[in-house]
Amino acid sequence: MKQPNSQPTAALLLRETASQTAGPYVHIGLALDVAGLPERDEEIWNRMARPEAEGEHIEVVGTVIDGNGDLVRDALLEAWQADARGEYRPEFDLEQPFNGFGRTATTAEGASEWRLETVKPGAVTRGDGRVMAPHINLAIFARGVNIQLQTRLYFEDEAEANAACPVLNAVESPARRQTLIARREEVDGRVRYRFDIRLQGEGETVFFDF
Amino acid sequence: MQNDNKRFVERDRDWHPPAYAPGYKTSVARSPSQSLVSLQTPSASELTGPDFRRLRMGRYDNDLLMNFREDPALAGSAGLPAGERIMMFGRVVDQFGKPVPHTLVEMWQANAGGRYRHKKDGYLAPLDPNFGGVGRCLTDEQGWYRFRTVKPGPYPWPNDVNSWRPAHIHVSVMGPAISTRLITQMYFEGDPLIPLCPIVQTLRDPEAVETMTGRLDMARSRPMDCLAYRFDLVVRGELQTYFENQ
Repeated sequence: MKQPNSQPTAALLLRETASQTAGPYVHIGLALDVAGLPERDEEIWNRMARPEAEGEHIEVVGTVIDGNGDLVRDALLEAWQADARGEYRPEFDLEQPFNGFGRTATTAEGASEWRLETVKPGAVTRGDGRVMAPHINLAIFARGVNIQLQTRLYFEDEAEANAACPVLNAVESPARRQTLIARREEVDGRVRYRFDIRLQGEGETVFFDF
Repeated sequence: MQNDNKRFVERDRDWHPPAYAPGYKTSVARSPSQSLVSLQTPSASELTGPDFRRLRMGRYDNDLLMNFREDPALAGSAGLPAGERIMMFGRVVDQFGKPVPHTLVEMWQANAGGRYRHKKDGYLAPLDPNFGGVGRCLTDEQGWYRFRTVKPGPYPWPNDVNSWRPAHIHVSVMGPAISTRLITQMYFEGDPLIPLCPIVQTLRDPEAVETMTGRLDMARSRPMDCLAYRFDLVVRGELQTYFENQ
């Protein structure tokens, strides 16, 4: 029997349930509208901020691209972010103006972009006192992805904070840090950030273990 | 600074399936070729996560025998799905055996014939007019969850020339933070398709496959009504840290 790696108390620990891919029909369970199923009264979806939420309202869009350069049209993404003041608010309640958690998906149709409506998060301070640049935590689930890929979306117009961010700086290759920076666009007076995720190969997005 | 005084037990990535597992063909182009970057100092970003206690659920959200009707006029047995009636239940605990209360457990599955109610599933086995295939619930104070459903059928998929998925239910659990977030699949005890499946075989340790196998539990079945399968979920252990930064 194999022991868990680098866990001195391994024998005392239960093993974590093993991960499996979310498969091609993940939408049935976690994105009902995309699957073509009737939605329930309350769904966890991509509108994280209502108009009255505090902060700069933004739209975040992107694609997911595989190692051949082809669109991944069946991915589910989960976002977790601090509010505009840099506070994580665990309580999820669709009646409140802002929720730090959201879901979105790429689909079989058109440009296959995922999309979130949210507010730009504030900077979050780590336990060691170092300040991380504003970011959104993203997890990618899909057919062919055996355990979710965890990444972070940073903002192009936060160059100074990004340069000082201890997490961005933990990425050894400066060129690879760029894969985590969303590009700012303005569309009809609205601020939109574009963040394309490349699972493999040229321009491969940085994924984290934590 | 929020919730920085805790840690989760490191994820054993040799136990979980690797990203690149060529027997499962889709993983070949969808696996990163670079190493993961380890966050040496976890922060509130990783140590917190959503709490869904105020998500308003419907009465039948965890009862797949009742929560879908193509024709709402169908009632009684005419409104029930076809297939083996089962209860699927279990407990969510962490690696220290501590129950995980009030956490969101979601599941989805094919119908008794192996067909998903998804616009992308074109398998010739028919849809069931009384089966949707989605459920959700929160664990109770002691970490227990339960669903009522029908046992899903196996189905073919384009991987090898003749690949079939074992009967399975997709299961998603949040746990206390995004660090514990987990999506897995429950297989059914004794299914001979389990060892043949390229997705199951992404796991290198047969013991890991055991953690994903639901067990027939006759004691909790209901006579003349439904069988019961127990599936416990273990999420990463949470521990407090002391004396950091002092």
